[in-house]
Amino acid sequence: MALFGAIKVVTSKSPVYSILYLIVVFFAISGHYILMNAQFLAIVNLIVYAGAIMVLFLFVVMMMNLNTDTEPKKNRILQFAGLISGGCLFLIVVAAITKTADSNNLMLMAIGDHGLIKKLGMVLFKDYVIAFEISSVLFLSAMIGAVILGTREKQVK
Amino acid sequence: MEIKWYIGLAVALFCTGIVGVLTRRNSIIIFMCIELMLNAVNLLLVAFSKMHAASAIGIADPSIVSNAQIFVFFIMVVAAAEVSVGLAIIVMLYRNTRSVDVNFLNRLKN
Repeated sequence: MALFGAIKVVTSKSPVYSILYLIVVFFAISGHYILMNAQFLAIVNLIVYAGAIMVLFLFVVMMMNLNTDTEPKKNRILQFAGLISGGCLFLIVVAAITKTADSNNLMLMAIGDHGLIKKLGMVLFKDYVIAFEISSVLFLSAMIGAVILGTREKQVK
Repeated sequence: MEIKWYIGLAVALFCTGIVGVLTRRNSIIIFMCIELMLNAVNLLLVAFSKMHAASAIGIADPSIVSNAQIFVFFIMVVAAAEVSVGLAIIVMLYRNTRSVDVNFLNRLKN
């Protein structure tokens, strides 16, 4: 399901359909997180990606009024070359991975409590407090940057 | 479940994102493909953390298993910041050129 959504993201003509299929992909990835018992990451993935970021994308697309297909006819050969190179990368990496002995290691699927909020919170606020605070500064600077980028046009006028 | 299936899924998602970046001309869709690649890497990190957990069951300090998931959390934080700035750049680009086609940026050459 994730793969189907991803392929539709790339191939659909209209950006709005692309965004909707990307939401499908994020839901599928969250399902995989739940299968691996990483519930905190699943919820964060749903809230941050499928909730916030995709709404931001949709808002930008609707604001630009891009519903019609404005994409010009592009070079067929370039498209084909991109497809071939991506497929080659996929084949090479998969062939290399299946050769390694570690690829048959088992995963702890539905058990293990280190994906739960309690454990992650303890680790996050004990060992990674400085990184957490720095990320808040990063958010502040990103917010300021976005506002400055968004309002520069008016000052020029 | 063996790790190789998740490796295959993540690599396939990543390559789909690469194909999208290489073939599409719409800058918003290119941006979404970058998000797709980020999420493929996140999925792979969580899968490897669970593999590590399966191999380190009797370990004394269990908190080292959670490190990968904290890492994924910080990747999500950085991706959210990146999306806000990138979308602001795309909006500004659209205001200046009335288009989201990346081919218009060829003008930077001359």
